Amino acid sequence: MSVHKRRLLGGTMAAAAAVALVACSGGGGGNGDENVEITLLVQTGGTGPAWGEALIEAFNEEHPEITVTLNSQPGGTEGDNLVKTKLATGEMEDVFTYNTGSLLQAINPDQNLVPLGDEEWASTLIEPFVPVVSTENGLYGAPNGTSQAGGILYNIPIYEELGLEVPTSWDEFMSNNDAIKEAGKTAIIQTYGDTWTSQLFVLGDFGNVTAQDEDWATEYTAGNRKYVEQPALQSFINQQEAYEGDYFNEDFASALFDDGLRMVSTGEGAHYPILSGGVSTIAQNYPDNIGDVGFFPLPAQDAEDTRATIWLPNAVYIPSTTEGEELEAAKLLVEFVNSPEGCRLQVELNVPAGPFATSLCELPSDVPQATQDLQTWVDDGLANPALEFVSPIKGPNLENITVQVGSGISTAEEGAALYDEDVIKQAQQLGLEGW
Amino acid sequence: MAQAVATKPQPTRRSVKSMYPTWFYIPAGVLYVVLFAIPTFASFYFAFTRWSLQDVEFTGLQNFITFFSEPQLRTGFTNTFIYGFVTSGLKVVFGLALALLLTGQLMARGYLRSVVFFPVLVSAIGVGITFKVLMDPFDGLINSSLEAIGITGPAWLTDPQWALYSVALIDVWKGVGIATLIYIAGLAAIPQEYYEAAKVDGAGGWKNFWHITLPLVRPATATVVLLSLIGGLRSFDLIWATTRGGPGFTSDVIASVIYKQYQAGFYGLSTAGNVVLFIVVTAIVVPVSYFLNRREVER
Repeated sequence: MSVHKRRLLGGTMAAAAAVALVACSGGGGGNGDENVEITLLVQTGGTGPAWGEALIEAFNEEHPEITVTLNSQPGGTEGDNLVKTKLATGEMEDVFTYNTGSLLQAINPDQNLVPLGDEEWASTLIEPFVPVVSTENGLYGAPNGTSQAGGILYNIPIYEELGLEVPTSWDEFMSNNDAIKEAGKTAIIQTYGDTWTSQLFVLGDFGNVTAQDEDWATEYTAGNRKYVEQPALQSFINQQEAYEGDYFNEDFASALFDDGLRMVSTGEGAHYPILSGGVSTIAQNYPDNIGDVGFFPLPAQDAEDTRATIWLPNAVYIPSTTEGEELEAAKLLVEFVNSPEGCRLQVELNVPAGPFATSLCELPSDVPQATQDLQTWVDDGLANPALEFVSPIKGPNLENITVQVGSGISTAEEGAALYDEDVIKQAQQLGLEGW
Repeated sequence: MAQAVATKPQPTRRSVKSMYPTWFYIPAGVLYVVLFAIPTFASFYFAFTRWSLQDVEFTGLQNFITFFSEPQLRTGFTNTFIYGFVTSGLKVVFGLALALLLTGQLMARGYLRSVVFFPVLVSAIGVGITFKVLMDPFDGLINSSLEAIGITGPAWLTDPQWALYSVALIDVWKGVGIATLIYIAGLAAIPQEYYEAAKVDGAGGWKNFWHITLPLVRPATATVVLLSLIGGLRSFDLIWATTRGGPGFTSDVIASVIYKQYQAGFYGLSTAGNVVLFIVVTAIVVPVSYFLNRREVER
């Protein structure tokens, strides 16, 4: 209790000081060229901080009158809590990067963020991106980075050596796995040391679910579809079959995301169900092998239904606590993220793993093989957004449940039932109808 | 009411006049009330609500119903008890054994005492991360060493059968220093005359231990059992640093279930969980403490 009070007190004092400062500078002179100070928040880990620094440097060449200070914080669930706390206590930085889709809905955008729907760039967004940064009342974020897909990164040399074809149905995929296993290689790479990577059999299969039942996501949000029923149950069954087929690397229980990327790029393993964003790490750590890694979506049972499952990029937002000239400066910075120079910076540090979400930016011509493979699926219209972008419901325990199914601790049916239980809490916390 | 107060027996102990004025208590008292008492009582209210940092909605017993119907809660409860009793039992056995060793005639006794105590000083997170590396099933030092002598070690932290026990073993390694320290003090308090008398009667080492040492270190045992049981029941940091409750939910304890709920933003639910944990720990520790101390007085 008192901590809050003290914070509030600190906040008031800071505000008072700021008012005093503004008053002083207001007396000092003109409006146009005085120095405005704003802050930018990025997530640590990966290329976040490096991108932030580069962005600020480029931004200052164009707007020397705005001083931007870079702050960083951890990502993941820990970061989610920090973001919520900062927004609730009014201490959020003036511009911050954060997820789109269900995680954005969880930070209550209508109350906490500045609507940006009237900005010029807002009309250039690709259609599937608009809902993931919007509520009924407005649009709140500008895209930052490229989209990616959840599917299978595969090792092209192994495919060539064994004369395999890229599979489009689950049966073809399984017979490829048998052939690879017979050749004495790891057919499927799993890395449960980083538990989130275990979810891809389920999350990356969602494009196929949508292909079979267009309204699945809407009905799921309304509480009328469940994972214990087909077609969604199949995602869990697929993971169970993959485990029972004994296709996994022997250290699947302890291996990490980075190990998985190493295996698929150097040919220690053939298939790695993962986000295609992994290619940017491969480009950094195994640049000689980047051409050896291709992409295909997780195959549906019926080749007709196979779709790429797309993850839309993160976005930059402005909290509603940013006002006045700071707000104007913050809007300029947000706009700059998708300027020609901003677009270049987005793909300079992160090798693009999929298309941009705004027509303002274009992919460079030398993108990796896996990105080109994905682009074909998108261009053919065979791509659907991932569940977290079309429904606010995402249970927190999915990664533990998929570890259980993928390690033979529980069956697909048990896992699906557990997950259906798990999401009830999320739906209730969000106050959705029908739960 | 008034009658009840009037007939209440006067306290037998004479009140001792304190050396210090009462207001010396105020700073500590304020800190205690503000940082401990208020949040504790507030949590009893918030356990009945669905709250976020911005708003509160009263939901009655809903959180408790949800909490008790959590599928992983049963695993969590079972694991918490296994963990609490395994660590507490092993700390008694190893603590007493080490204490006997370290009170005996021994070269470099002081040095060895420090070595045994040292892990206590290291942070649980640091220990957890270190052991995660040591216990890696393929490149870890432990399994590599076992392999050198022809044993294939288990997958320690990643095998569902082993994970919880592996963490318990790490906990014992880390915490046995405290138990040893308490036992050393307990052993030092046993008068030598008993051993001399027993020697005259022709008692051997084993009889000495069984009939003199063990009964007379009971106060130390009580302390060790209590401390490690409380610690074990609410253990969290080490489990989180090593397995995060995994693989799957196989090493989840109540505290890690609650933490995951908090992380997911189910604040009301996790507050309810903490209230339940508070009650469970109290319900176990109070009788245990009463039992152990009563026996001590009767002796």
